[in-house]
Amino acid sequence: MTPLATPGRHSIPGTTIFDGALARRGYALNRMCFSFNSSENRSAFKEDEEAYMARYGLTEAQKKAIRSRNVLQMIAAGGHIYYLAKLAGILGLDVQDLGAQQTGTSKEAFERKLIAAGA
Amino acid sequence: MAEIIGSVCTSHVPAIGGALARNQQQTPYWKPFFDGYVKVREWLAKDPPDVVVIIHNDHGLNFFLDKMPTFAVGAAEVYHNADEGWGIPTLAPARGCVDLSWQIVEKAVEDEFDITTCQEALIDHAVELPLALLWPEGRRAGKWPVEIVPICVNTVLAPYPSPRRCYHFGQSLRRAIDAWDDERRVLVIGSGGLSHQLDGERAGHMNKGFDQRFMKSLVDDPKWIMQYSNDELVKQVGTQGIELLSWVVARGVMDATPVREYHSNYHVPISNTATGLQVLEPA
Repeated sequence: MTPLATPGRHSIPGTTIFDGALARRGYALNRMCFSFNSSENRSAFKEDEEAYMARYGLTEAQKKAIRSRNVLQMIAAGGHIYYLAKLAGILGLDVQDLGAQQTGTSKEAFERKLIAAGA
Repeated sequence: MAEIIGSVCTSHVPAIGGALARNQQQTPYWKPFFDGYVKVREWLAKDPPDVVVIIHNDHGLNFFLDKMPTFAVGAAEVYHNADEGWGIPTLAPARGCVDLSWQIVEKAVEDEFDITTCQEALIDHAVELPLALLWPEGRRAGKWPVEIVPICVNTVLAPYPSPRRCYHFGQSLRRAIDAWDDERRVLVIGSGGLSHQLDGERAGHMNKGFDQRFMKSLVDDPKWIMQYSNDELVKQVGTQGIELLSWVVARGVMDATPVREYHSNYHVPISNTATGLQVLEPA
């Protein structure tokens, strides 16, 4: 397995900088998510997630993250948020849903935090 | 010689597209954001540009990780928007200013910027939403009143170009525009930012203090940003806040002569993003 981060990269708590190490790890997952720009492909995923994931050659960790709808696991498996956002759209999740899930809070509490950042 | 009328730097949050489609500009949530653009449209109406050079980043519509150029210059006759996968309305295509594209390609490479040239490219919300904010009548008519040259900066796959490199690239774009033997008026747009982070346990991170310091620096100390590495910038402004590199390129374009700030707005939050707007014009 490739390392989680490229040696020498700045460590920022709660933050993953998507670099070569993650691009290598996540290629199949990101390539699948990129395919969701097409509504036909979104439908095919919805009809049979397992077959669709197999077609794109996802790793077991990537499949497990998607089955459990766990965004932090998807990122750890090399997913880039710009591509994952297309999958989130299929799942009916907006970026506040994603933020709430990743920070372990409710959507309402997450939205309050966003508003507080402007104070 | 072509004339640069100024620069407009703006956020491009996808939710803006939904708000425009639902006509929500005057709702309490959106009003402080959209009202910021009224003065920009007045400014544009006084001296309308013919061509827009728009610095932006792609979000997985035109580029995938199979090929990820650091700087890509559009050289297409027309740029279409398309389904981005998560449901914002598709907006009108934009006509390309091919003459200026090739002028930029020639000059950038002469200046030792090894750009990628794109004779076909899709444009995503990072190009379309600034056009829609500046020309709402164009959005309704399905036709923009300007031609464009889209210039894409990689903010997706690290390593990204450094702030120093982005600024210098902007200076090279300026030399290309100044040397363009044409009477057309050119507006520069920097599209992206400001602080936001969609991913990770730090999702929702924003940094009002840093954003406002950055916006001020663009007026009177534009090389201030060069003290930061991109990793340090991500720490300050979040993983997607790094899109501010488009503002840095745009500021590099404006570097050749003194500037003054005509207008600015800063509003938090729109969706998960701290939004900024800044208009600079030659002093």
